[in-house]
Amino acid sequence: MTKAGIIRIALIAMLLIGLESLVLMGRIDPLTMQAPHKMLFDLVSILQTGKFNKSIIKTLSNAGVAFLIALILGVIVGLVIHRLKRLREVLDPLFATYYAIPVFSFYPLLILLLGLGDAPQIFIAVMLGFVAVVVNTLNGIDRVPLVFLKTARVSSMGPFETAIKIILPSASPYILTGAKFAVAYSLIGVIGAEFIMSTGGMGYEISFAYNNFDNATMYPLIIIILFVSISINLMISRWEKALLVRRGLK
Amino acid sequence: MNFSTKRMFENMFWLILFVLIIWQILYWLVGDIALRSPWTTFQFTAKFTATDQFAIHLNESIKAFSLALMIATFAGLSIGLLLGLKQFAREIFEPFLIAIYSVPKITLYPILLLVFGLGLSAKVAFGAIHGVIPIALFTLNAVRNVKPILLKSARVMGLSTLETAYKIIIPSALPEIFSGLRIGFSLTLIGTLLGEMFASQRGLGFLLMNAIGLHNVDIIVMLTFLLVGFAGLAGLILLVINQKIYSAN
Amino acid sequence: MIQMQPHIRLTDVEMIFSRPDGEGENIHALGPVNLDLHHGEFFAVVGPSGCGKSTLLELMIGLTTPTRGNITFEGQPIRGSCPDGIGVVFQEDASFPWLTVRDNIAFGLRRMNLDRQEQESRIEKALTMMGLEDFHNVYPSQLSGGMRQRVCIARTLVTQPRLILLDEPFGALDQQTRLLMGDEVLSLWRKTGATIFLITHALDEAAMLADRIGVMSSRPGKLIDVITTNWPRDRDSKIVEQEEFGHITSRLWRSLRAESMKAIGKKHVAS
Repeated sequence: MTKAGIIRIALIAMLLIGLESLVLMGRIDPLTMQAPHKMLFDLVSILQTGKFNKSIIKTLSNAGVAFLIALILGVIVGLVIHRLKRLREVLDPLFATYYAIPVFSFYPLLILLLGLGDAPQIFIAVMLGFVAVVVNTLNGIDRVPLVFLKTARVSSMGPFETAIKIILPSASPYILTGAKFAVAYSLIGVIGAEFIMSTGGMGYEISFAYNNFDNATMYPLIIIILFVSISINLMISRWEKALLVRRGLK
Repeated sequence: MNFSTKRMFENMFWLILFVLIIWQILYWLVGDIALRSPWTTFQFTAKFTATDQFAIHLNESIKAFSLALMIATFAGLSIGLLLGLKQFAREIFEPFLIAIYSVPKITLYPILLLVFGLGLSAKVAFGAIHGVIPIALFTLNAVRNVKPILLKSARVMGLSTLETAYKIIIPSALPEIFSGLRIGFSLTLIGTLLGEMFASQRGLGFLLMNAIGLHNVDIIVMLTFLLVGFAGLAGLILLVINQKIYSAN
Repeated sequence: MIQMQPHIRLTDVEMIFSRPDGEGENIHALGPVNLDLHHGEFFAVVGPSGCGKSTLLELMIGLTTPTRGNITFEGQPIRGSCPDGIGVVFQEDASFPWLTVRDNIAFGLRRMNLDRQEQESRIEKALTMMGLEDFHNVYPSQLSGGMRQRVCIARTLVTQPRLILLDEPFGALDQQTRLLMGDEVLSLWRKTGATIFLITHALDEAAMLADRIGVMSSRPGKLIDVITTNWPRDRDSKIVEQEEFGHITSRLWRSLRAESMKAIGKKHVAS
């Protein structure tokens, strides 16, 4: 454990202790923020009773599906756009400002097109995550050394084979950066949709708990989402780092 | 008009045309129940934006967004500068920043609502937390990546710390800092908007949320169009400025 | 066995690039070039920067088609794809960082349908020839620049090419390593019996390694001189001690000096 790591843990501990004391002293209204120890107990009891297991599974699996679609679609589109230079030029400003678009306003339209099931949420989540993957894939492909592409041509590799055997492996660290964004955006898309449309899932439960001042439910659910997103992000970062280390870059 | 400016306008023209065509096709596929045609939308927008009601909500949004942007920029730049210059602080705090960046901030909304209550401060908070992290991270990297040889030269030339900051660090780091500001702009915009959707009775976000609830397709499409248009236009201006800064470097 | 047909023949080859935005004059990069390479010879090309040496190489491996003229390899015209039997080592490091040394070398066999045993035996031979046996399971990032170039050479060798093109393969290395790598290329040349075409900007390297040396003019590059060295086949870097070596390098520089000055924009002053 590095020195910086120890200090980080110490800071988190201090924050939790500070929060704990402020709540116990009555300085913070328990209706606003719970004591950390209570959050932990509530979390354990929620997991034990399994009351929200269905919602948790629904949200996480929808986000998971959206993530995979965003990743695969994003990489393929990135590969295609990279070859069509003019198209890329034209779409560039769109990509740059994409994340200011209120994607949730398409929700009603999507419900009408795709029905009231899980499809609209997944679609929105894919819409959110997919551009991040495309942008990072394009960046990664840009950085494939020209000599690799020359080697591919000299070995008579067609475009499809070159993409799979050379471009994707070479660009993989950058694609993983895009994947990290896709994780966050998939969760945002699904949970945000659940907030708006109350069709079940963790977003709905959190919103319901909030409206009913049920902090004992709300905080644990939030913590679960934070935990899932941070862990997956960390795992992808580890993988990314391993790839870069192998290349002698970190 | 030189070659690249001409090209840029050509590209913009094609992009806008492309978007309009897709929009029109979607409208033909889906119909009035879920969408409006581009032309109807333009007419409706012209009418609606002239009303007082719209002006009130617009002002509210502008107020919230400007505040959020100022806070995000100020906080982001400060944090980024500090961490970019002090290596040990960076080692400790950068992972925190990255972890927060990776979290779906929409999850924190209920907590922010509890802390700030409904109203302006909650919206500003939503907006600011979306924008501050990318600005901080980009600034951090920009400052940290200032070539050591430039700092060495500054020392050799006897520049004070403040002079070094103004004359060497900021100009050298400016392009990347500005990229962060661009992203911070977009994210703060969407954050403020989401804040208005969930935490307010006023503002364009509230109008949108309301319209979604009442299924008022005219307003939904109009607001989406306005917001996309504004984000696009502002984004384009920032992009051009960004390119100018990069080429000047 | 002496072959009467040249191994590779360039006839009136010219390369003219048109500007991407359609404005301004075209760039006459190369030619006309006429060149015959004999089977099994070691041919080096020297020339000032920008003279089109790399373009010449790309034409010979079929990566580009000449604007005028044609190129035949073993009697067959080269058309838009790299013919079987030609191997190339580029100037930049082409080793794939995500594959081990062994897998990098195996990559060269991709195009050929060899059975498992034959593949393994060729890979082992290439590893041995380039002194990489101890590193077969290592990733390129853990190797020095010179070792990485050896991996690229090994990758070419597994295809058992009859003609090997080298584009300033030792450009990024220090002088001493270059001399040693030169010896290795000579030993490789003798072991494989391939024809070698080496592009280099180092006159001493060309003088030491080659049977014949072509001198290219500044852009548009043409062959303004071809020097025959008459070195014995079993030479190595020790020939730099011989008087003849000095004569050859002087002759090269005499031809090259004026062209090099043109390339950097200076006017030639007769001396």
